[in-house]
Amino acid sequence: MQRERLNLVVVGHVDHGKSTVIGRLLADTGSLPEGRLEQVKATCARNAKPFEYAFLLDALANEQSQGITIDTARCFFKSKTRDYIIIDAPGHIEFLKNMVTGAARAEAALLVIDAKEGVRENSRRHGYMLSMLGIRQVVVCVNKMDLVAYAESAYEAISAEYAAFLARIGVRPAAFIPISAINGENLIEPAASLGWYRGPALLDLIDGFANEKASDEKSFRFPVQDVYKFTEYGDDRRVVAGRVESGSIGVGEEVVFLPSNKRARIRSIEEFSHEPRTSVSAGLSTAFTVEPEVYVRPGEVMVRAGDPPPMVGTTFRANLFWMGRQPMVRGRKYKLKIATAEVPVWLRAVRSALDASELQAVEAKGQIDLYDVADCVLETFKPVAGDRIGDVAATGRFVIVDGFEIAGGGILIEQASEERSLVREHIRVRERGWERTPITAGIRSARYQQRSTFVVVAGEADVDARPLARRLEERLLERGRFVYYLGLSNALLGVQADVGEDRSEFIRRLGEVAHLFTDAGTILIATVPDADDDELSILRELNRPNDMLVVSLGEGQLDGSPVDLRLAEGIEPESGAREIESLLMRNNVFVEYAI
Amino acid sequence: MYEHLDKLEAQSVYIFREAYRKFKNLAMLWSIGKDSTVLLWLARKAFLGHVPFPLVHIDTSFKIPEMISYRDHLALSWRLNMVYGQNTEALRAKRTFPDGALSRTECCQALKSDALRHTLSGEWTRFRLDHKLKKYVPDENTEPYTGVIVGVRADEEGSRSKERYFSPRDKHNDWNVDDQPPELWNQFKTDFAPGTHIRIHPLLDWTELNIWEYIHRESIPVVSLYFDCGEGTRYRSLGCYPCTTPVASKARNVEEIIEELRTGKFSNVAERSGRAQDLEGAGLEVLRRSGYM
Repeated sequence: MQRERLNLVVVGHVDHGKSTVIGRLLADTGSLPEGRLEQVKATCARNAKPFEYAFLLDALANEQSQGITIDTARCFFKSKTRDYIIIDAPGHIEFLKNMVTGAARAEAALLVIDAKEGVRENSRRHGYMLSMLGIRQVVVCVNKMDLVAYAESAYEAISAEYAAFLARIGVRPAAFIPISAINGENLIEPAASLGWYRGPALLDLIDGFANEKASDEKSFRFPVQDVYKFTEYGDDRRVVAGRVESGSIGVGEEVVFLPSNKRARIRSIEEFSHEPRTSVSAGLSTAFTVEPEVYVRPGEVMVRAGDPPPMVGTTFRANLFWMGRQPMVRGRKYKLKIATAEVPVWLRAVRSALDASELQAVEAKGQIDLYDVADCVLETFKPVAGDRIGDVAATGRFVIVDGFEIAGGGILIEQASEERSLVREHIRVRERGWERTPITAGIRSARYQQRSTFVVVAGEADVDARPLARRLEERLLERGRFVYYLGLSNALLGVQADVGEDRSEFIRRLGEVAHLFTDAGTILIATVPDADDDELSILRELNRPNDMLVVSLGEGQLDGSPVDLRLAEGIEPESGAREIESLLMRNNVFVEYAI
Repeated sequence: MYEHLDKLEAQSVYIFREAYRKFKNLAMLWSIGKDSTVLLWLARKAFLGHVPFPLVHIDTSFKIPEMISYRDHLALSWRLNMVYGQNTEALRAKRTFPDGALSRTECCQALKSDALRHTLSGEWTRFRLDHKLKKYVPDENTEPYTGVIVGVRADEEGSRSKERYFSPRDKHNDWNVDDQPPELWNQFKTDFAPGTHIRIHPLLDWTELNIWEYIHRESIPVVSLYFDCGEGTRYRSLGCYPCTTPVASKARNVEEIIEELRTGKFSNVAERSGRAQDLEGAGLEVLRRSGYM
């Protein structure tokens, strides 16, 4: 018989007895390795300090010396019915990110409150964080009942106060329970000292938590984690890899990739050392081949064609908690990571910020400070797909990276009005600051006998467009054109580009550089490997008011944007260059025998 | 009957794929033991039969010989990019515990931690398996491995219970336990200042029992030292022969080990109890801070 396993986090204000609760549960359920209890007791005796159950968890020397839990420690314990991983989350406010780390892994939580000290700042903050993190099963333990003479009135007062608090943030605890962890009372069995308490002992409450199963009923969501083509030993599969985060899908079904909107059918489900599957459901890491072999990037979400789609856009209203030392401010670029997508993001507005311990809202705040929980509007550089947190949790949660650190976590509330304000705003500022001389574009055009144009040669990541671009530059130069081939974008955007480099930033810079060149009257040629529709539209926007022409080399992965010329992948540079030259002439970039 | 393993497998595969997507100079440590062999199997799951990064073994020269022949057999038949590193200097000078020159902890430090650090950095020779010649040759690639996949489990021992799936180390391999990055909702720290090294732990949530259950479910070949071959003893954890003692057990196969772990006498005895270096002073924690896995 297989035993079920559940992740349980223990949270609460510092010194309210979390580690003691856990130590006691470990010891009293016989879950400790043989001799461990005796060993810790012996150590305490040697150091002339009284034994505490909390020491059982304190595996690290520095933690013992400070007497507080710094990081989330994981330990295992067994009840009669199942196995648990207990996550001990630190109570100190400075360790909020550790508490979040621990709690985010849990399916249920114990929240510990000291009967003598009562509800404190982190009792409230942790309660709030549990709700943000999506943990719905919570038992509130009023601990240290021995310090208040096991008085029912003390227990009732704290329960009432805390229940009122939880009600305000929409959390309904599974139960309240009075305990004395240090004496092991009401943990495994009901205690005589708490005779007035009628409910089950803590262990029974814990055993009553439901183990949240991945649900098959919801819409199918498969965030694309990566696309593999391992060519070794004759493997010619191109597979789309990831984990099914919700719903299920079968071979033959039609799917849509978002935000690119590409459509395909599931051809096969690919796994190593497993009998072939015809369908997969939530919770499995798997891989698919699709037909046609559309070109998709990591970060897109594959959904079933008929399912309610996720939100796709650049502007979202979100709830966000902030763990960064530096506040989140407007005008600074951050990175949004949602499911497998990563995209630059800016804070557009803070609707209100909440002091999580006092639950006081501060309206119209300009920034999000350490430990704030904010209702805010975020805008991404490129469209992303995501769900409302209530629809599909896994694709409704995100983190914000500031520099190298995960500094914030949040949930999507709704899509906000789409303004594409970032690029527009950027161009507005640029144009305002730009000093225009009497030499207009028309004068330059007459002088150079050409209309300045940005020629983008786009192709899949593994298509080398450089020989064609170089030949085009030579050919146009030979004919007296004012032309320049920007030989850098391939290195920055191509297959050789450093993993993790910020592609969106290069696209933005490329657009700016293109604008400079075309403003100066040049024909600028650049290759953009693996371009997608959205990137081309950003380039076009940044290069305005000047023209941009798109040449697609190889299999067309560009569906949504105008492609001015399609060339076969293996085309000779010379004939490719000639075709592009004709394209330029057709578009009146120049006339062939200009006088 | 092993449905609970699906979730563990899915998470491990997810972490593997995330590591592969984010880190360029990636390597995986393969100690030949059951955990890292399960890890290797999971890598093949993640990459559909391929293992798209080198496997690194630190050979102290005191490994039980059967471990080495098992390693090379699998490396050849699974076509692995196999690399080993060694503290050849210390071995030549006989500065080891079996030679009587060092304590157990010091010996681990020299033959494992130092060898590991310098093999990962590329400063010491890496020996790579040439599949055509069927022997090890010095590896031309001396670029440092900056992302290292390791098969540690949270239930093994105290300090490991605080690990992250993605755990940064500084230039000196130091682990700052007090200030670890947050990990939530499968979002890991994958952005780093240059010079940071990262340890990746796909097996963090697995228990010793899960490992054996998975070996059983997937029919993963493991070295026979884990089984009783008639002497009434077997190894529960594998290391160097001078410092690893077998435990008394009559478990002859995977099923019997699973039964023994579930119900038997080992259910309450630490797995690494046969590893002598853990018992010396602060032991493993000191070793881990300086890069021991």
